[in-house]
Amino acid sequence: MANDKAQWMEGDLLVILRHGPHGTSWLREGLDAALVAAAFGRRVTLLFMGEGVTALVPGQSGGPLGQKGTAPTLEMLEMYDIDSLLVEADALARFGLCVDGLLLPARAAGPLELSALARTHALVLTF
Amino acid sequence: MMRYGILLMGAPYSSQAAHSALRFARAVAGRGHRLEGVFFYHDGVHNAARLAAPPQDEPHLVDGWAALAEDHGVSLQVCIAAALRRGLLDEREAARHGKQGHSVEPPFELTGLGQLVDLGLRCDRLVTFGP
Repeated sequence: MANDKAQWMEGDLLVILRHGPHGTSWLREGLDAALVAAAFGRRVTLLFMGEGVTALVPGQSGGPLGQKGTAPTLEMLEMYDIDSLLVEADALARFGLCVDGLLLPARAAGPLELSALARTHALVLTF
Repeated sequence: MMRYGILLMGAPYSSQAAHSALRFARAVAGRGHRLEGVFFYHDGVHNAARLAAPPQDEPHLVDGWAALAEDHGVSLQVCIAAALRRGLLDEREAARHGKQGHSVEPPFELTGLGQLVDLGLRCDRLVTFGP
């Protein structure tokens, strides 16, 4: 049974990011969880949902508040072998974004695919 | 019997999250399930503040977590990175950073985010409470 489960699991961990890069630490702390899991050899999928898609808008800096911003962290994802990046298609449309113009290569996912993700990952963390 | 874990990301007294998480934790243990651990992350790390002094007619959340640990052997793990930047240091970290006094004490323990992933994958259910 456990082996069957392992075969259809796409990854160990799905991290859902629902906050933009500014104003709160949700995005940064969510990314930290993803990086640590990957550093421990877990397969991680990132899903940018809702306002979270704005994290992938290029050209954002930390700003005057002295916060580090999340762009440098996002650029490190590849080094941690986190290359499974999904963005909510509806949110992209809502914010007037296009999947080709994002900071990192990502794939747009529709509602049916999104609802299946929770079943194909052993653990889901939402930030 | 199921194995549960709790991820708490809400600060005490700011939102319902911490109150609900503690009640859920007691219910899990009370129904004979196994609560493997509670992980405090984001603003949830404030639940480990040793110096919390709420009014006497309100639930004392910090003491409540400590009692849960004592009664049911539940580990209380606090993300060290989220804690340090919010001023929550145990004796060792306080000494390391040259701070007078400490704000976290056992049964709470400062630990890494890897423990959250381990907890989540070890349990049948990881239940998240947040604002």
